Amino acid sequence: MSLTIDTHTLEGWHSTMCLIRAFEEEAIDSFRKGRFTGSTHPCIGQEAIAVGAAAALQPTDQVFATYRGHGHAIAKGADPKRLMAELLCKVTGCSGGRGGSMHLCDIERDFWGTNAIVAAHIPIAGGMAMANKLRKNNKVTVVYFGDGASCEGAFFETLNMAALWKVPLVLVCENNGYAISVPTHKAIPNADVVQRAQGFALAGVCVDGNDPVAVNQGVAEAVHRARQGDGPTLVECKTTRWERHSAISAGKYDDEEEAMKWKTVDPIPRFETVLREQGISQETLDQHRDEAKRVIADAIAFAESSAAPSPESVADFVFA
Amino acid sequence: MSERQLTMAMAINEAIGNEMRRNKELILLGQDIGPYGGTFGVYRGLYDEFGEDRVKDGPLCEAATTGFGVGLALAGMPTIVEIEFIDFMTLASDALCNQAAKMRYFFGGQVQIPLVVRTPIVNRLGLGAQHSQSLEAWLMHVPGLRVMVPSNATDAKGLMLSAIRDGNPCVFIEHVRLYGQKAPVPEADVPIELGKLRVAREGKDISLITYSGMVKPCLDAAEALAAEGVDCEVLDLRTLAPLDREGIWSSVRKTGRAVIAHEAVKTAGVGAEIGQTIMEGAFDYLQAPVVRVASRDLPIPTGTLQNLVFPDTADVVQAVKEVMQ
Ligand SMILES: Cc1ncc(C[n+]2csc(CCOP(=O)(O)OP(=O)(O)O)c2C)c(N)n1
Repeated sequence: MSLTIDTHTLEGWHSTMCLIRAFEEEAIDSFRKGRFTGSTHPCIGQEAIAVGAAAALQPTDQVFATYRGHGHAIAKGADPKRLMAELLCKVTGCSGGRGGSMHLCDIERDFWGTNAIVAAHIPIAGGMAMANKLRKNNKVTVVYFGDGASCEGAFFETLNMAALWKVPLVLVCENNGYAISVPTHKAIPNADVVQRAQGFALAGVCVDGNDPVAVNQGVAEAVHRARQGDGPTLVECKTTRWERHSAISAGKYDDEEEAMKWKTVDPIPRFETVLREQGISQETLDQHRDEAKRVIADAIAFAESSAAPSPESVADFVFA
Repeated sequence: MSERQLTMAMAINEAIGNEMRRNKELILLGQDIGPYGGTFGVYRGLYDEFGEDRVKDGPLCEAATTGFGVGLALAGMPTIVEIEFIDFMTLASDALCNQAAKMRYFFGGQVQIPLVVRTPIVNRLGLGAQHSQSLEAWLMHVPGLRVMVPSNATDAKGLMLSAIRDGNPCVFIEHVRLYGQKAPVPEADVPIELGKLRVAREGKDISLITYSGMVKPCLDAAEALAAEGVDCEVLDLRTLAPLDREGIWSSVRKTGRAVIAHEAVKTAGVGAEIGQTIMEGAFDYLQAPVVRVASRDLPIPTGTLQNLVFPDTADVVQAVKEVMQ
């Protein structure tokens, strides 16, 4: 396979994928050790989407994500220390330690947060894209969501409005095959989520979500279209979910093989094969993994040594 | 003879299963209710027994799921819709509040909506602002809806039977902390009359009026206060709509004092309605102002901050002492 993207860039993608993986592994471990309560929803196995899509954006483009969006935060440049501190609900966390694993944000970097009401953020992203259009600021808004979310009214209503008003919105559906316990084919009559775009007169493309290059191409075209003023695109990225819905246990599979399927299509080793073919050494790839582990070790150390928010601050931030 | 004990989840499961056997038209709609058995396991086994036509697992779309529930019910098929967390009732609310609750009325009594929407309060688990709320007051505020808030397995079975047979839109509010709690549950199907509170503990000094997740903390508070010579009566409302006003009045007329406790935020909560109810029917008997114990008026934070928001046994004890002074 010949790639038009330079090896330096590809190396960067690999580093970020490793960083996301290491972050999520630490998140699961920390949750299991009781460092924080609630839950956490790993994007393990979906790193290629976060990295490939983010690489198609300008720093000032805006991103909205879901509870499974830790990777999107990292790919947008958020500091893993502050993200980890938020998971542990510490005052140094990106949301001040009161949002938790499902409510990360980095507003300065135009990461407009992760949301825990399925699909509710999709029209909100539409609104921000509309602001871009009205202000003629040339920015594009990207919203990530799952296949499950593509069944909610908020999704369909947004397709309609966004296509009608041609707002610069890129809708990235991460089709990981499940919504908690419900397999996609039991929820969606279309073979592909992207087919829904046609009915709403917006552009649609379906890509291999475990290949960062394919994701990057699909999203880059969509971003270009949006920036040109040609309206929204639905980009479906086919991927495979980690072994369960969340670190708690919701999404139990009876079938162990099905649960572990993601390992057989793991985007990281797969990308590494491509990179080696491009002449990048195994040593370099190993360095990325080691470096990611080191960054995450620092992040968890930072989070653990940070203080909890003060009791007096509990009522802060309700109103402006 | 030792009575059979069931968890609240099993008691609800049994009520629904028995009704499904009795009424072949009763169907279940929701997400993750099939082989998975429901987010909190309440539907375990029902999919295997009744199959996918009657246990209809499906797409994630609360608005249409609830709307379909209203339509099925309108067609005469009693339907139970599951909303996975009460926080997502916002998505179900148009079908429920603008449609189900009003349709019989605006069509002059010619239609009937045998719909039950089951939904749990899931709090104190660190799930944050969108997964920790108690929204029962919103629902109680809608004429045409019934609202059940059982605190134990025994009541949950009886109230679920009544909800299904009631023939009106019912919101059945469960509680994640109570699902695993066991209580004696009769094997026979004995419905509990809606709008009848349960005196969970008799006492003469003060009425603690509560429901759902705060019943246990109130009973614990009553126990602690008994040691200090305060004799608390604990009322478990069981249903918020209809509200057992007579039951509240007769208790408060006896004790002359009241504390109302719930996990929902204080402002415009169920406590406000009950407090005013007391004014309307037991004012002359009051020896002290009525006090509310509730969550602070805040979105729910995660981490250690959440402990500052929710009320607990100590808050109830303190409120009682305040009123007893
Ligand atoms: C409106 C709403 N309904 C239900 C839920 C519970 N819930 C959380 S995640 C989820 C599954 C979503 O699946 P999908 O959109 O495919 O995303 P994935 O979790 O697979 O990334 C459900 C049902 C919720 N958070 N919000």
